[in-house]
Amino acid sequence: MIGCKEAVSRLYAYLDRHLGRVPEAEVEEHLKLCRHCCGELEFAKQVRGALRRHSSVHEITPEVRTQVEAFVKDLKKDRGKRL
Amino acid sequence: MWRGEFDVMPHSEHDTTEASPGRPIEFEDVVRPHLEYLYSLGVRLCGNRTVAQDLVQDVLLRAFRGFARLRNRERPRLWLTRILTRCHHDRFRSEHEADETLSLNDDSRFDLFDKITEEDPFPYSDRVHLDFLELFDDVRIIEVLRRLHPAYRTALILAYVYGYKAREIAEITGTSVGTVLARLFRGRKQLERELWEYAQGQNLIARQEVQV
Repeated sequence: MIGCKEAVSRLYAYLDRHLGRVPEAEVEEHLKLCRHCCGELEFAKQVRGALRRHSSVHEITPEVRTQVEAFVKDLKKDRGKRL
Repeated sequence: MWRGEFDVMPHSEHDTTEASPGRPIEFEDVVRPHLEYLYSLGVRLCGNRTVAQDLVQDVLLRAFRGFARLRNRERPRLWLTRILTRCHHDRFRSEHEADETLSLNDDSRFDLFDKITEEDPFPYSDRVHLDFLELFDDVRIIEVLRRLHPAYRTALILAYVYGYKAREIAEITGTSVGTVLARLFRGRKQLERELWEYAQGQNLIARQEVQV
């Protein structure tokens, strides 16, 4: 059976379903027996979740949207030559 | 619960442009549904709202000029994402051209999960790993991402925020799937170290004595 070091190095690839059938089965076999690596797996999921945090910081404001839409209209008018 | 944590939809569901019958597809019709997406991706990549707006305008200009080439393409979102990563590359050329492996040091051996277990920054908590991640709100996450090499930052954001597959990221960034997988692996390691160092640097957790 693979050890913790090998299992941990494959955890994200496992989550992303990037592993082949055999390496994936090896990780699953390891996870059945190893509480430490189950903790690591859960943590890996939470780190990905943290990256996805979305808030008003990421949202376009109405003013910026208006400016960007005006920019698109100008492109059409000028056929992109002016800029 | 973080507000709107689950509102990032899989990108492919949005990646169609519907044409009204009898009318050619206009540039505006193609890009309008993707403006929010381009802006939020820009904020994540640049770490700055003003620069993100400039970046989106770079993208729209370049997209407009190349629009003729899109006419037979079915996935405008992927096309616009590729233009955005290229514009980002051009705008931050020196940052992109820095050797991406230099920033690694001994990151490949760093394991944040074990580090948190060892250092135990919240001694009275029974959910210490979760407590650690909850230190990072949306703004702090953006600041941590800014510390990563842009090649790693781009790969992580495309994969973990927007759900692109490694093969699609390779297409977007013009590299091989092998390079994308290596960047995701190294990027995660650098991210883990930067999360820890950020938390220490900002005094979000007690600084431990350096043990030699």
